[in-house]
Amino acid sequence: MTRFHPFVRAALLAFAAFCGFLLVGAISPGTWLLDTLTGLFAAGLLVMSLHLLIGYTGLISFGHAAYYAGGGYIFGMVLQTPAFVAACGPWSVPLATLLAFCGTGLFALVVGSICARLSEIYFAFLTLAFQMLFVSIIQGLVYYTGGDQGLMGGIPRPAFLGLDLVQARDRYAFSAFLFVAGVLAVRLITLSSFGASLRMVRDNERRAAFLGVNTYLVKVLAFTAAGSIASLGGVVLAVFTSAAYPEWASWSVSGEAIFMIMLGGLHSFWGPLVGVVAMRIINDLTLLYTTHTEMAKGLAILFVVLVLKRGILDWLADWRKARHAASSAKEQDHAAP
Amino acid sequence: MLDLDALLNCFSATSCLVTQTSTGIIIGMLLFLVASGVTLIFGVLHVVNFAHGAFYMIGAYTAWSAYNATGSYYLAVLAGALSAAVIGIVFERLAISRVYKENLLMQLLVCYAFVLVADDAVKMIWGAEYLAMGIPAEFRVPPYRFAGGVVPPFYVFLVATSLAVAIACLLLIRYSRFGKIVRAAAQNASMVSVLGIRVPVYFAALFGLGCALAGMAGALAAPVRSMTPGMGLSILIDSFIVTVIGGMGSIPGALLAAILLGVTRSFGSLGFPLFVDGVMFIMMVAILVFRPQGLLGERAPR
Repeated sequence: MTRFHPFVRAALLAFAAFCGFLLVGAISPGTWLLDTLTGLFAAGLLVMSLHLLIGYTGLISFGHAAYYAGGGYIFGMVLQTPAFVAACGPWSVPLATLLAFCGTGLFALVVGSICARLSEIYFAFLTLAFQMLFVSIIQGLVYYTGGDQGLMGGIPRPAFLGLDLVQARDRYAFSAFLFVAGVLAVRLITLSSFGASLRMVRDNERRAAFLGVNTYLVKVLAFTAAGSIASLGGVVLAVFTSAAYPEWASWSVSGEAIFMIMLGGLHSFWGPLVGVVAMRIINDLTLLYTTHTEMAKGLAILFVVLVLKRGILDWLADWRKARHAASSAKEQDHAAP
Repeated sequence: MLDLDALLNCFSATSCLVTQTSTGIIIGMLLFLVASGVTLIFGVLHVVNFAHGAFYMIGAYTAWSAYNATGSYYLAVLAGALSAAVIGIVFERLAISRVYKENLLMQLLVCYAFVLVADDAVKMIWGAEYLAMGIPAEFRVPPYRFAGGVVPPFYVFLVATSLAVAIACLLLIRYSRFGKIVRAAAQNASMVSVLGIRVPVYFAALFGLGCALAGMAGALAAPVRSMTPGMGLSILIDSFIVTVIGGMGSIPGALLAAILLGVTRSFGSLGFPLFVDGVMFIMMVAILVFRPQGLLGERAPR
């Protein structure tokens, strides 16, 4: 494995994962598994992009759901414009996805360049505040967005490249592609020298600045990238539901995303994805017993944060380290009788 | 969407001006109470209480029940403040005190979890529907007339109470023995505990005090606003905008900003109802760009 450049390795891994997802799609008998996975893909994109900020840059954004929902809304609103679909024909969906990606990135760039100057606490608050502003804009522009009702009436999704997104399997394949592409993008960013700058800003911002890193620019770029990647999650969700709802931008979505990162493990790349799956299991289990999922979720968060104090993969890493230390200590005992 | 005529008409009629201004001032006062609770807790404990809105909600709902049970609004306000304080102290002891030394992420998650639990608990106890208290019996008296406009007596009570309580809290923190101990403990907790003072008790009390301010704001808001689970979020966001505009740590700044925001809200609801939030954000962004320390803030870096 060491023969490959890390970038190539990441790309190969992503390709293998994509093929694996397609295989699952081909052999899965019903659509239940595919729909579940599609939901996880959307949440996974939200969480992995936020991980870029929280885990790698140390920027605690409490308003990430705005970009997630933003992607869904831009995608839906563009495709609901008859002129756009007529002009672009079969390329409507890819172009709308690209527009959602870029448009959300622009939005994140504006918010990021305002917020990145601020200290940690203000940053968390202002990102949340901008999310609330986004919600109030959506609710205000009833004519364009449907207000509280959400973007209704279905989103036209013309077939492209032989993919008809009305079909569950094609929809799944498209979502899997976006998911793999988004996660690969996050992976490449963290492996690049820019990713090293991000970690340096996280660990010691002053030192990074002293070494000539433009920390403000680094933060703004990270915020923009994270926002654009999160928008792909919104696109997945919009394709899946054929609608867009203001609830996607509610603050509980942002809070839950933060929790999923923490639950899965803050200090590993794959932790957040583990968190997404774990959260889904917690959610489904509580639904079996009670309709008060929020209460259960809140108590689960308190338990994880106050009692466990770390996520699943972090815990595993600590456990492995402890075992390694114990075994090497034993070897030393053998070596020195 | 834009209705600037209504706004201009209002500016040309003193009666409308008086009514809208008084509405704006009471919104501002509620914001000021919540914001000063946040500032109090942040200033001493260096914890941002993202769950502050939940205490506002708890205060409002408790006051609603207390008013329906006893018929006395004064008791209801007291009950709202006390219930928020008690729950705040329990929350501080069980959860927040364990994350004082942790990073912001953990504090934020704890507060988020508390809001989820509190919202759901309110839904279980009082139901998910909107509740309204109505103007309490004590204040169902003819309104004051002032330059052709009407000012309900309840508004006067609300403004006077909030101002008096917020100022009393500030004096308490600045000049009383309690305030001095708390501030000293914030600087160096182990030194203060060596002097034989139970620091955790003081921290819990201060947290409870901040929550009591939010609870009281909720109780005061109950007659003029409808109540719903999750009502705390919007006032939390507004109160943070207040602290940003006014300057973190500056109480006079918070007062000024709160009234500014309240008046913007009340006039904005006439002229540009859909863009009130947008205008408030533009104000906040302008402050952040041109005067990052806030209107009356002192410390430059943040």
